[in-house]
Amino acid sequence: MTTFRLNGREVTVDVPGDTPLLWVIRDEVGLTGTKFGCGIGMCGACTIHIGGRATRSCVTPISAAEGADITTIEGIDPEGNHPVQQVWREIQVPQCGYCQSGQIMQAISLLKDYPSPTDEEIDAVMAGSLCRCMTYIRIREAIKKAAATARGDASNG
Amino acid sequence: MGRLNRFRLGKDGRREQASLSRRGFLVTSLGAGVMFGFARPSSANQIFPLDRSLPGDGAFEPTIWCSIAPDGEITVNIIRAEMGQHIGTALARIIADEMEADWSKVRINYVDTDPKWGLMVTGGSWSVWMTWDVFRQAGAATRTAMVEEGARLLGTTPDKCTVANSIVSAGGKQISFGDIVAKGHPSHSFTPEEMAKLPLKPASERRLIGNAELKALDIPAKTNGTAIYGIDAKVEGMLYARPKMPPTRYGSKVRSVDDTDAKKIKGYVRYLLIEDPSEVVQGWVVVLAESYSAAIRATDALKVDWTPGETIHTSERDIQDRGRELISNKEGGVYIFNDDGVDQAFSSAHTVMEQEYTCASVLHYQLEPTNALAFEKDGVYEIHAGNQWQSLILPTLAKSLQVPESKVILRSYLLGGGFGRRLNGDYMIPAALASKALGGKPVKLILTRSDDMQFDSFRSPSVQRVRMAFDSSDKITSMDYQAAAGWPTGVMAEAFMEKGVDGKPYDQFAIAGGDHWYEVGAFRVRALRNDLAEKTFRPGWLRSVSPGWTSWGVECFLDEVAHRQKKDPAQFRLELLTAQGRNKGQAPDSVGGALRQAAVVRRLMEKVNWGKTTLPKDTAMGLATTAGQERGMPTWIGCVAQVHVDRSTGVVTCQKLTIVVDAGTVVDPDGAKAQTEGAALWGLSMALFENTEIVNGMPVDRNLNTYTPLRIADTPEMDIEFLPSTEKPMGLGEPGTTVVGPAIGNAIFNAVGVRLRHMPVRPADVLRGLQNS
Repeated sequence: MTTFRLNGREVTVDVPGDTPLLWVIRDEVGLTGTKFGCGIGMCGACTIHIGGRATRSCVTPISAAEGADITTIEGIDPEGNHPVQQVWREIQVPQCGYCQSGQIMQAISLLKDYPSPTDEEIDAVMAGSLCRCMTYIRIREAIKKAAATARGDASNG
Repeated sequence: MGRLNRFRLGKDGRREQASLSRRGFLVTSLGAGVMFGFARPSSANQIFPLDRSLPGDGAFEPTIWCSIAPDGEITVNIIRAEMGQHIGTALARIIADEMEADWSKVRINYVDTDPKWGLMVTGGSWSVWMTWDVFRQAGAATRTAMVEEGARLLGTTPDKCTVANSIVSAGGKQISFGDIVAKGHPSHSFTPEEMAKLPLKPASERRLIGNAELKALDIPAKTNGTAIYGIDAKVEGMLYARPKMPPTRYGSKVRSVDDTDAKKIKGYVRYLLIEDPSEVVQGWVVVLAESYSAAIRATDALKVDWTPGETIHTSERDIQDRGRELISNKEGGVYIFNDDGVDQAFSSAHTVMEQEYTCASVLHYQLEPTNALAFEKDGVYEIHAGNQWQSLILPTLAKSLQVPESKVILRSYLLGGGFGRRLNGDYMIPAALASKALGGKPVKLILTRSDDMQFDSFRSPSVQRVRMAFDSSDKITSMDYQAAAGWPTGVMAEAFMEKGVDGKPYDQFAIAGGDHWYEVGAFRVRALRNDLAEKTFRPGWLRSVSPGWTSWGVECFLDEVAHRQKKDPAQFRLELLTAQGRNKGQAPDSVGGALRQAAVVRRLMEKVNWGKTTLPKDTAMGLATTAGQERGMPTWIGCVAQVHVDRSTGVVTCQKLTIVVDAGTVVDPDGAKAQTEGAALWGLSMALFENTEIVNGMPVDRNLNTYTPLRIADTPEMDIEFLPSTEKPMGLGEPGTTVVGPAIGNAIFNAVGVRLRHMPVRPADVLRGLQNS
């Protein structure tokens, strides 16, 4: 039995301890916004937040999630209106969309660490997130715009 | 499967009742607003925007393509796959514009297979081009029916009515489309013949086509986890499956299976030997388990001993050598062009120039690994999966399952990337056969990444031999272009092959691009089918298909000729784009012919200040231009790549891509730009970052640890411009891919004087070139 918090709710599952968290989230809990891409932590499609940090769920065993606070794409905003999601829609970033949950989760994490990211910082942090449709130009633009919006909000508030 | 018992709601320490359905439990535990990936009921298709409901009773359907409900909701039926092009939105604009619809009432409906839809295929950058006439006519038919019935309800005649934004108006009175359907009895349905005669709006009156403000209807669902892809489809009671892959694509036979270790994996159910009457899937073993993670581990633990097929030792080099052999043989192959006087021009030439260009195998690596959910219900097999060519795989599935085609239905899902991989629906077969073996029980089969790459239907390696004959004044008198590769259409869709000038069938997707629009005197184009490639793997259509590699030969060769003649490569091309003879073009698809390609090159030169810009050392621009995909539907495109070459490492950095496109009418300006951005970066990725190599009959790369597509940090600055046009819209999913490779190759030569003739460009090749120069 492993118990953890998922999108604010406590969940308990009984699966082998080495089961990747990705499959627990997708198949046991039934939240399919988190995607399977490479299975070796190198494409970023399965990115979730554990304790607020971007983590690759395909290489995280469920045993490591005991007591953890986990957020998936479904949990970052009840209405799907997190500022990063809003700007993603404004700039029309997604193409096929399959990697975009992971991209958004990684970008939210990036903006916490670098509120005003440079191109180099964006490239370094987002390098682990493969987009096969190659929406990279728009991902860069969206992250910068989300950062600018957040700074604007701070100065107004 | 008893997995419900493994759940416990911890919120207030209360154990959830096992009798609750899993879905019910999850809703309770996670709250409202969560979407689940359960398979849709048979009546429900994928609809966008997601918050819209299914059309209710009483909707009016003037053609099979759209309906209007009494509440005014307009549903547009989309038979193309959504794989990132936002194709439903683009096509809906076409029909809605002609219909004079209120865009806020429009929703798109991705339909399942049914013979009434005709050919269901999404590839070749065809979707807008194929649908343009049909949807404008269907829109005009709907508008006509609404005005007729609206006029009757308003007590007037259709000629006194105007129509805009879903409202019919006459003499100060008005009625909405919804009210016309609710209160009236519109009954005018149209045959295709009647539709073809209806009047269409002039380009100047379009409001949705070309409107840059409209957003794609499928995008919101792709930002919040609610978009449902094939891999997300589920039904109650399904088993998970993973295939155990044989050592060769064809001809491997299972000698023995030992599941002693697999049985130690919790959740392992059993294995199945797949016998496929269609012979597409040969020697696969499918492992079934109660969860996918158990299926992954049990498959790893299962020991299978195969007698491998005959290609177990075939290498990339063997296949390329076979291509060279085919080209050298004067017999065989198919002539696409074979003008009089080619042999004579070469035998009497003052000089002849000849070069060989090669391109490596390239994998799709669509991010969603191939997968399918299959089950039988009331005698009908339902296959739930994302797919690009339903009409192609459906008869094959029927043959595999040994049932009539009417007993197989494919349900459409979003595709986590297509890029041509999902034109081949082979991945549905083992899921369907596993389900059949279990008496129709639902089976969800997913390939892991390594399974997917090992049995990808990848881009064949290719050899091109390009020759030109010149007279004593260096004028081009003839060109002879030959290319050898595996033929995807020959293997998978033989009936779709075109006929050469010699009447023999050939794969247009393994030679297109070689048949360029330049004036080169007597022109010969010969396509050679690489039989060793086709024995070894299942050649696939990969984004931009042959123009993705033929352009490497044609456009690098033209640059070589220009440099030898000491001419500016851009100016040299303009001299050859004169639109004579076959290059004049014809209505409606290629009006203007090669002159439109020349206009693209001129605008490109202007944009980059071609030939007048001073760049730092070892940095230069290179240019390439193509007609996009096929001569029958040219998208005129040109690219200037600016690169820097590091002389110590041989590493090439692409700093900027400038692209000019004439695609005719642009239906969706933002989508067109997005497609061109993505396509061009695919071109860059295949030029500098990704390729595989066939070793022992299989692609050697099995995941991102060795396969290295372009990432964000490699993305250059991009400047993309579409030339204004009101001509018929052409395709945009692939043309951007075709021009980047040769533009890079030509830029490298301009930067450091090294001519590379193999794609991708590898640092070691650059270093070798630098040492030899």
